[in-house]
Amino acid sequence: MKTAKRAERLRTAYLALLLLFLYLPMAVVILYSFNASKTDARWAGFTLDWYRKLLHNRALMEALVNSLVLAGFSCLSAAVVGTLGAVGLARRDFKAKGLLESLSTLPIMIPEIILGMAFLAFFSFLSIPFGMPTLVLAHTTFCIPYIFLVVKGRLAGLDPSIGEAARDLGASEARMFLDVTLPLIAPAVLSGTLLAFAMSLDDVVISFFVTGPATNTLPVKIYSQIKTGVSPEINALCTLMLLATFLIICALGAVSKASEKRHDD
Amino acid sequence: MDDIILELDGLQKTFGAVEALKGISLSIRRGEFITFLGPSGCGKTTMLRCIAGLEEPESGRVLISGEDMTGWEPNKRPVNTVFQNYALFPHRNVFDNVAYSLKLRKVEKEEIRRRVAGMLELVQLPGFEKRMPNQLSGGQRQRVAIARALINNPAVLLLDEPLGALDLQLRRQMQAELKRLQKQLGITFLYITHDQEEAVNMSDRIVVMREGAIEQAGTPSEIYDRPKTSFVAGFVGTANLIDGVIEKASAGTALVRIGQTKAEIAGSPLFAEGDKVRFLVRSENLLLFTEPRAGCLPALVAEYGYAGGMLRIVLETGNGARLIASRQGVGAEFAVGQTVWAGWPPKSAVPVDLPEIGEEKAL
Repeated sequence: MKTAKRAERLRTAYLALLLLFLYLPMAVVILYSFNASKTDARWAGFTLDWYRKLLHNRALMEALVNSLVLAGFSCLSAAVVGTLGAVGLARRDFKAKGLLESLSTLPIMIPEIILGMAFLAFFSFLSIPFGMPTLVLAHTTFCIPYIFLVVKGRLAGLDPSIGEAARDLGASEARMFLDVTLPLIAPAVLSGTLLAFAMSLDDVVISFFVTGPATNTLPVKIYSQIKTGVSPEINALCTLMLLATFLIICALGAVSKASEKRHDD
Repeated sequence: MDDIILELDGLQKTFGAVEALKGISLSIRRGEFITFLGPSGCGKTTMLRCIAGLEEPESGRVLISGEDMTGWEPNKRPVNTVFQNYALFPHRNVFDNVAYSLKLRKVEKEEIRRRVAGMLELVQLPGFEKRMPNQLSGGQRQRVAIARALINNPAVLLLDEPLGALDLQLRRQMQAELKRLQKQLGITFLYITHDQEEAVNMSDRIVVMREGAIEQAGTPSEIYDRPKTSFVAGFVGTANLIDGVIEKASAGTALVRIGQTKAEIAGSPLFAEGDKVRFLVRSENLLLFTEPRAGCLPALVAEYGYAGGMLRIVLETGNGARLIASRQGVGAEFAVGQTVWAGWPPKSAVPVDLPEIGEEKAL
């Protein structure tokens, strides 16, 4: 009885330590974003100055807009390509299918630094000017697998005879896709897209290789500022981005919960 | 002479190394309730999918109302399917499920509403329009699936083991209802099942399939009383298959020797003296006597009890073969271990597995 209690206490302590280790650094960032002192070390009272300054920091705001535009374009184009890929592969059966599926998910496995190098070499070989277009191309590429995998998982759980019923009742292939397949995989497409959005938004390594001199994304900008010391504005920005991420995760949870409720039998 | 609505002409299909269909040919009359009966893996579902256009045969043709439909997309074929697991659209309510094919054909809204209401009335789900599929019971879902498939007046309704997921009582009720619907609408039903009772209860004609080929096609009574092969005999009803040797062949009845016993069975022009023969005696046709009797096999009563509302007597004959007799009555005439003599009316001892002679076209 006693040992069981002690084991329980140990478990709780372990969990608490783990969560502390995970979230304390973030808590520090949030805390410092409200710290009046510029030299991060000690607490000098509450202020919203850094948030105000952040809004007036042209370079940072520009980088933020760039990042949002980049993430938006990349995840949307990846959503189209990834969804079509998953749907197309699900309905066919051929020898190289397994190979093709592995190839499609490879960008997640390949170390980012290698992917970045590869994009750099490829785009210079084609002499595409570095900037937003190259960023979108590169980000779309590594976003596709997230959507592909999530949609593929959903399709695997879908009864193929539902689609066949639509065909049987007079729907063309395209009609079936719009009327049946798409509505049923929509939650997966949405959650995959949100995941891809988050992945694109915080990417440093690949962006670092394929961005041009005129285009800065937020993570690259923050990274480059570390050398000159992190300004508390960055803390404020990180706090805002944490909030945004948190909201995305909530949205994901709500989407999957709603779709579960609707389709549970 | 007859009005043929669906004709299968040498349908052939292989999956990898498995020959799913080995050249199926059959003609189906308008308004017929035809059941394809066979164990799982006999190719009956593949055949149905070939008719619906969900699967393409490697060779052979599917003709609907005389028109060659081979290679046509499923949405262009005038047949509709009731799937085994209902396959309702989970994100659409009952009305939208049933109305789907009418909407695709751009039928006028008011007419759609009227026809859906009529169809739901017909399957005894009036007023269920707004329900979602996950708010329905299994039986109700099946009714919606049937309504959805029938609303467009298909030339043939294809039903792929539609009652497989329902419990026994509900299945019996739905069998009766399907039969009623079919009579009322006059639509040709092509029904697939592995349940012989279902097949016998509903069908005008049964096609027994085995390993991708048609074993026998005929009316339920032909299949039951005059099966051509031991497979058909064993698949439908309780069969006693007895082996013997022809002693004397004649047109009406033949005399066979089974061990020490000589008994009469239904004759066949194919019989010759000395031929080995296997014949079927249905359990209800097996007569039991407590006294020795000419033409009867001596046997021991091994089991005695009720099964499925029938009295079932299991006998063991001298050579270790088992015979099963069934009786409607309650009479407890036999005791386990008792010796009885089993016989049969010659006409109900039907030879099976005879070599075929110019097989008449199955119709």
